[in-house]
Order: sequence, then structure tokens, then C-alpha cells
Amino acid sequence: MKILVPVKRVVDYNIKVRVKSDGTGVETAGLKMSMNPFDEIAVEEAVRLREKGAATEVVAVSIGVQQAQDTLRTALAMGADRAILVLTEESPEPLAVAKILKVLVEREKPELAFLGKQAIDDDMNATGQMLAGLLGWPQGTFASKVEIVDGRAEVTREIDGGSETVSLTLPAIVTADLRLNEPRYASLPNIMKAKKKPLETLQGADLGVDLTRRLTTVSVAEPPSRKAGVTVKSVAELVEKLRNEAKVI
Amino acid sequence: MSEREAMDFDVVIVGGGPAGLAAAIRLRQLRPEATVCLIEKGSEIGAHIVSGAVIEPRALDELLPDWRTMDSPVKTAVSEEEMYFLTETKGYRIPALDRVMPHLANHGNYVVSLGEVCRWLAGVAEEMGVEIYPGFAGAEVLIENNRVVGVATGDMGITRDGEHGPNYAPGMELRGKYTLFAEGCRGSLTKRVMAHYDLRKGVDPQTYGLGIKEVWEIPPEKHRPGLVMHSFGWPLDDHTYGGSWLYHFGENLVSYGFVTGLDYENTWLSPFDEMQRTKLHPVFRPHFEGGRRLIYGARALSEGGLQSIPRLTFPGGALIGDSAGFLNTPKIKGTHTAMKSGMLAAEAVVEALATERVEPGSFTQRVRNSWLYEELKSARNIRPAFARWGMKAGALYAGVDAMLLRGRAPWTLHYRHADNETLRPASLSEPISYPKPDGKITFDKLSSVFLSNTNHAEDQPVHLHVENMPLWKTVNWDVFRAPESRYCPAGVYEVADQETDPRLVINSQNCVHCKTCDIKDPAQNIDWVTPEGGGGPNYPAGM
Amino acid sequence: MTVLVFVETEAGQVRQASRSAIAAAEKLGDVHALVVGDAAASEAAAAAAAKVPGVAKVLKAGADVLAHDLAEPLADLIVSLAGNYTHLLAASSAIGKNVMPRVAALLDVQPIPDVMAIVDADTFVRPIYAGNALATVKSSDAKKVLTIRAASFDPAPAEGGSAPVEAVNVTVQDTTSRFVSQHTPTSDRPELESARVIVSGGRGLQSGENFHKYLEPLADKLGAAIGASRVAVDSGYVPNDCQVGQTGKIVAPELYIAVGISGAIQHLAGMKDSKVIVAINKDPEAPIVQVADYSLIGDLFEIVPELTAAL
Repeated sequence: MKILVPVKRVVDYNIKVRVKSDGTGVETAGLKMSMNPFDEIAVEEAVRLREKGAATEVVAVSIGVQQAQDTLRTALAMGADRAILVLTEESPEPLAVAKILKVLVEREKPELAFLGKQAIDDDMNATGQMLAGLLGWPQGTFASKVEIVDGRAEVTREIDGGSETVSLTLPAIVTADLRLNEPRYASLPNIMKAKKKPLETLQGADLGVDLTRRLTTVSVAEPPSRKAGVTVKSVAELVEKLRNEAKVI
Repeated sequence: MSEREAMDFDVVIVGGGPAGLAAAIRLRQLRPEATVCLIEKGSEIGAHIVSGAVIEPRALDELLPDWRTMDSPVKTAVSEEEMYFLTETKGYRIPALDRVMPHLANHGNYVVSLGEVCRWLAGVAEEMGVEIYPGFAGAEVLIENNRVVGVATGDMGITRDGEHGPNYAPGMELRGKYTLFAEGCRGSLTKRVMAHYDLRKGVDPQTYGLGIKEVWEIPPEKHRPGLVMHSFGWPLDDHTYGGSWLYHFGENLVSYGFVTGLDYENTWLSPFDEMQRTKLHPVFRPHFEGGRRLIYGARALSEGGLQSIPRLTFPGGALIGDSAGFLNTPKIKGTHTAMKSGMLAAEAVVEALATERVEPGSFTQRVRNSWLYEELKSARNIRPAFARWGMKAGALYAGVDAMLLRGRAPWTLHYRHADNETLRPASLSEPISYPKPDGKITFDKLSSVFLSNTNHAEDQPVHLHVENMPLWKTVNWDVFRAPESRYCPAGVYEVADQETDPRLVINSQNCVHCKTCDIKDPAQNIDWVTPEGGGGPNYPAGM
Repeated sequence: MTVLVFVETEAGQVRQASRSAIAAAEKLGDVHALVVGDAAASEAAAAAAAKVPGVAKVLKAGADVLAHDLAEPLADLIVSLAGNYTHLLAASSAIGKNVMPRVAALLDVQPIPDVMAIVDADTFVRPIYAGNALATVKSSDAKKVLTIRAASFDPAPAEGGSAPVEAVNVTVQDTTSRFVSQHTPTSDRPELESARVIVSGGRGLQSGENFHKYLEPLADKLGAAIGASRVAVDSGYVPNDCQVGQTGKIVAPELYIAVGISGAIQHLAGMKDSKVIVAINKDPEAPIVQVADYSLIGDLFEIVPELTAAL
């Protein structure tokens, strides 16, 4: 079984981004970039499935600018076997990404595409579901446990107030949630070895896919800042404020 | 530790600052076939770089003569220069700066983000074939038959109790015929190498400063690119060395910072609060009004100069940059000297590679024969004059030294004390009352540390070793009332239960790797060791 | 314009998150509510949805294949109904987030998740970078597929309306995905990271017994998780996994009640993103008071029982 793992290059989760003072977007120039944390979890799970013998090959894919190559090298250092870089503009929309991935799925013919549930930059939480829709494959989103049993994927999913298990025919799409696993480190020896693993580069424009953006960003603003706090005199006043002003109880 | 993998290189460089990167580039220029591996504990090159920075391009001119035609981040030339002596309410501008304080004249220099410069240099080095691995901390010096044969990176995935966690990954041995330590001020491996080879024998103790920096974005109409301001005097008393800087550079950016000499005496002094309150002075305040603070960081720097530089080489390697203490304190510049030292060490190593010498010993002679030595020699008496006679008399001496002696005084002033020996007990120190942060110009430590993007992987051993906790109680608390809670610019040290049962709480996750605790702790009871690689601040572009 | 809202029900009522989605939909046009389930469940859900004021019509889709809200048949169903609608909405719930992007892909539309505000029929505000920035985006798609962030829209009332119900002929048949089981935790106490309300205690409680005696009844009343400061954990009042802070768990509930916590930097770092912070402390100068929305200064051993009784 081959597993395709799309990974996205995003602003590192330790960095607090700031809105540009002209309100046109978020300042990303010169910030540390890393693999999207949910994608790391997906890579880890795919590599574990291969190590357990449930999968034979793990192919990492990234779609974006040339520097996304570094993200793919990280995936290779974590244990992916080879990588494909599709060059496009920075951070295409999930719809465009799903269309590109569909082309790659048709070419690579994996039985599982394992994605992170969302990217921590645009927080769309959409690409996995959209790829499943375009391919007509079943989807197991927000996975906290994945097992391959008798040619099906048993996926335990995080839902509101608990979890549920679904059984999917293969091929299928799975998206990783936080509790699925704790990804391994890309160790220094493995980073050195990853330099020798194959990495293929494709031009997004050559894939015959419409990449036109459907959303335009009108403006980006900082969230309203915290109001200054107040000191209340009594328990009754506190309860009243929580109920009627803050509306949290 | 047989499970550890190893790899051989001609040269291993520890630290990706200006010294390490200049050395790496020079090595490949002189000996393109040499294998060069550089590791950096920050998550990326530049992540741990803090500097003003006004840089003198002299070393860069020598290293990359074409740099002006390259796409470098060295862009904002110094255009105006102002130096102030401050009293609490007034600022007196020093006239004829280039004659009174010629070492501070910045014509031909550039205001830069040194982090960006390092990222650019790293790109140049990688293109030349240097292997650069950020996110890996040198945790151990490998010494065999009394020769340094490389370093080992730290193990990853060790739990707080020291056990192997589920993601445990052993460190790796990076073995080099020669190893260059370019860790910056107070390097943790440098400290071990100095001790092992007794490199500080016969030289003055090193003296340090703590630089705390903020980067601001200000309204375009207020921005004067290339403006360079410095101040001394208020808010520090006459016994305390230090002062502030404020530079306009880049796209509406202002670099502001404050250096406090770590030989300060008053245990109640808080470098962080000195830095905050200086912004309120009428000379500086207008620069911040209407702006927003973007980045915060801190780093210690070596101020001792020539008298404090240790022996530079040992079997199997050398110390370069601020690890050795090449900063020119009166000039408040260390980038060009760090780079030059790295380049000279590279030349010595190339010679040693060819002759298979154990020690790249020609480094010392090369330093002596270079402008680097001339520069540090002529500056050597200024910082100790301040230490001896205070700020005003020190400044007077500096003027006399510059105008009359021109740095060629026949005497050399020495440092008498290490910085950890200068603190006066709490009972003999006058408490200092700092203004409360206003949330607009001045801020508290917590919101500041957030702007350094500092993070350490959660479950790992505390990397700030207090060797003897009872000693902390009897010395740090009973005598000095926990100076670490004030000098630490990141709020790492807090004292719990002060009234009943004082205990030191170490929030090691906040640590911005400035090394001040390792330097200033009165009993030298705190040992700073590298945490898991990739930890610490993540300074973005602009820093 | 007519808008279709996929509505979730629970225990005979429309879920609050779905009622927020209905409220959002009302800003865009006439609201049709879609309810699904097996025959019986869809019947009950339709009755509940019909009662929500603002719903003009309820579409009821009853079929076994729709029993468990599996994304594959549900998306096919919504797509089959999409023709007449300008906007397709759902709550930003686990179900909404699972199914709506699939719907969007099948319609060749870029979905807009977590909508916080509606500027006009094409323009919406949504959070990016974990809420550290709010983006206003304009869609050029003919149809819009949106999920609605519940906290941003006051929910429509559960009762008071009487919309007509229309049964939908269900033809979708997807067998690629199959429901196996569902698990809801048996403990009443939610987990720290996902709790809506957290009651957190510190050094001020003075002992582990007081933690149980004072904080647990309050947490029970609020359905809250229990957290602690590092000092409380270090002093052995509560186990390690309760620790909130930079070295413990980082939480952002809707309501965080800090009891007897001074607010050391490392604790504040772990909870400062909470929506509403309440500090109960004897020291008006404590750092926690500086970040709290509401502070009550006094003896926690008097205040906490009084608060528990008042709720």
C-alpha cells in the first residue's frame, strides 16, 4: 500500500504573527517557516504504518514556492521515502490544492492520502475533505486512531463531546488530529541522509488545473483587544456580570 | 553512548553567528575541498542573534568584496549621529563627536538587522558548500588524547526526569580535524574548553554587559533612516556602566536597546526596568509615540576587550568571535571583529590542515598582525577606566585617551574583579523605584518575552542548573535578595513564598539564552547548559 | 435569496450552534433548514427545527444511510438540493466541518469556514492564524459554502416558530463509509484542553483537601474542568496533569476562574487567551488581577461557597 502525504510550509507555530500596519495581510516575510504541525502528525502516522508493514511506501507532496523543498526534506528525514514538489504561488487555496492533489493521486495511485486536518496559517480545515469529494473517496477526518484491517481503514474520529469510529473502504482520505500521535524528531543523521532521497519538482501550471483564486482578501485586522478588567464588589454582582454582560454562564 | 552516530568533517563550527559564518565562508574560499559542518542551537540561523546593530563593513569588504552588488540586507547607511549625556529631565548633546569620541563616529557604517545579515551569510555559505544544521545544539566537547576532536549534539526527547521519552533520539558526534567555537558571549562549550585547557591563565577576568533590545515600527513621517543615537548617564548612577542606543533603519523600523555593565553593584538594579524607563526620557520618547513594539530580546556581550581575551587556540581548534571576547566595547561593535577573527582562524586552520598540525597555532600571530589587534589595543583602556573611576571620569578619560593619547597610552588598565564579585548585599544597596509599565511605551516582562517567540519543548530537563540549592538560600536570598529575579530579562527566576519559605522557581521555558545568570550569579552556582536543540527565542527578521 | 442551513439536533432540540447558524443565515435571506437522520430521527428533528423562529421551511431527509451524519451520503444529499440556494450553511461543528468542504468541492466552490461576521452576500469575516488575525474575504463563487462560528452569532430561539415541513426524496447511496461505534466519555468532568469552563486553584487553597472541598462543587455546578497553578501541583495538592501554564497545559476556555492564584508569568502564559477571566484573590495587586475581566477581592474560603450556591 502506498500512502500520499501532502505537507504544507507554514509560519512556525512558535511565532506570533502580526497584522501589517496597512491592513493588507499578515507579515510573513523573514519569519521562521516549518512544516504544519498537523501534517507532521500525518507523516508520522504514515511512517508508522510503513514500519508496521501495513504500507510499503510513503510519498510526501508539497505545493507552493521553491522553499517548500525544505519542508519536504523534513518529511524525508522523518521517514518518507520520496517527495514531490509542485511549484505554484505561495499558499494556494484548498480548492486548487485539492485539484492538484487529485492529479497526483491519479498519477501515483496511492490507497491512502493522509493529510493534517488543517493548516495553522489559514485555518481552513478543508483540503482533505475536498480531495475526498473530488475523488469520490470516503473520508475519515480528525483522526485520533487509524488501523488498517482487512483492506479497510478503521478511523477513530474526534467529534463534539467524544469520538466515533468509522470504517472506510480503500482507497480513502484520512486527516490527522492532534492526539493521533506525537511526531518523532527529524534527527541530525536522518536529516543528512534525507539529502540523498529523491525529490521531484513539477510545475503547477503544467498540471492542467485551474488555480484561479475564488477568494480575495479585502482586509486583515487584529482582533479587538481585551477590555480593561473591573473589580466587582460581591458574588451577586459577579454572577450578574457573567450572566448578562459576558454571557458565559 | 555507542548508539550515537558519528560523521567526520575537516572542520566543525559551533554557532551560526557572524564569526562562525565568516569562518565557514573563508574556509571554503581558501580550500574548496574542505568539508565544513556548522551547527546552530537556534531553530534557524538568526533565531538567536541579538545586536544593535551598526556594523562597520571592513571585514565584510575583505570576505565578500562584491557584497555591495549582491542582494544583501546591508542597506541603511548611517546618515545622522547624535550622542547624549542624560540627566533625569535633560539631554546634553555631545558636540564634535568625531573628535571627542572618534571610536563612535559611524560614517560609512550601516544600520542592519544582524539576524538578517546572518541568514544572508548562511545562504552564501551553503551555496559554497558549507553544511549548515540549525536546530542542533552542541552539548558536549569531544576530547580524545587531549585533543578536541569535535562536538556531540544533545540528545533529543529526554524527559524532565532525565529518562528517555517515547521520541528519544540520541545526539550525533560531529567529528572534525579542527573545531571552531563560535558560540558568542559566554558559550557553554567554550566555558568547558577554557577550563580544560586553562585558556584564561594570565589574562584579566572577562567583564560583560547585558544588552536588552526592542524593535519598533513607527509612523513613516517620523522615520529618519540611518539616524543613530546613543546615550549615557541617567538612569544609571555614576558607578554603573551602560547606556542606550536608538537606530532608525529598514522599513519604518527602530532598533532600541540598553546595555547594562554586569559589574554593577546595586543588587536592586533591574536592567530590564532601566531599559524600559529610559524610553520615557524626553530625548527618546517622541521616537516611540504612535509606534508599536514588534520584537523583544536580550543577550550578554563581552566587554573586557584585549586584556580579557584568553589563549585562542588549543589542540584541535580555536575560539572565535565573542566566544573569545573580540568585541570592541568603546566602539560598541563586535560584528566586524567577530567576522575578522573567524576569517583569520579559517586561514590558520587551512594552514594546519595542509601541515597536519595539531593546533591551529598561527591564529594568534595572524590576529597580532591584523587591524583587529591594532583596533582592540587602542581601545583597551577605556572600559576599565569606567570600571575604576565611574561614568563621568571614565568618559573624561576616554576623551583624553582619544584626543591626546590616541589609544597609544604606555599603560594598560586592568580589571580587578569578575562580574559575579561586584554585587553589594541587599542591606547595603539602595532600593530603586521603577515606574509601572504604561502599556504604550513601557511594558512588563511577560508581554516582552512573548515578543521573543521563545519556546522550549515541554518535557525536558531544566537547562539552568543550580548546583547547590541551600547555597542559593544562604547567599542569593539571605544576602542579595535574589538578584537573578531582577537581572534575568525573561522572568525565568521567581521566588515563591518569600515571607514563609523562600524557594527559587525556575521557569526555564522563558529563557532567551542571554547567559546573564551564568555570569552574574554571586556564588557562580548557576550553570547554563544547552537545552534541546531548536529551543529558545525565535527572533524574526528585523532583529 | 434563499439560504439552506444544515441543522443538527440533540435530545429533541436544535443544537445551539445550529441556531447560531440559522441566525447568521437570516442576515442573508429566507432560511430553509435541512434535517437528516433515519426515518424516526428525521421526523423528530424536523419538528424541532420547525419551531425555530426564522426558519421558513424545513426539509426533512429520512433514510438509514443518513443515520450517522456520515460525510459521504450527507454531502451528496446537500449537493442534490443545492440548485435553488445562493448560500449553503452549517455550524462550525465537527459535523459541519466534516461535510461542508466536501460539498464545496463537489460544487467547485472554495468554502469559507468559521464565519464570524457577514459583511454582505459575498463578503465575510473569518479568523486566521488561530484567531490572531481576522480576514475579510470576498468570494467570487456563484454559490457560497459557509460554516458559522457559534460564538459570533446570538442563537435564534429554540421555540416560537411553526415552519412547514417538506419531505425530501432521498436517492443518495454511498457505501464506501460505514459507522462502527460512538464513544462519549463517562466522566462528567471535561478534559482541560477542551473544557468550556475551567476552575483553577493555586497556593491560596492551602491544601489538597481544600481543593476538593471548595473547587469541586463549583466545578460540578459549572460543568467545568479543574486546573491548577504550578505551585499547587508542586505542593502536591493535585496531580501533574492538572497544571495550567507554559510548562503545563495551554488552555483557552470561554470562562476561566482563577481561585487563589497569584498569576506567575508561566501560569498567565497558559491561560491568557481565555475568553473571560475571573480572579478570586485576597491580593488586589496580584498579577492575575491585572489580566482578569472580573476580579473579586477577598477570602476565597467565603467567596467560593457563596458563588457555588449562587449558581
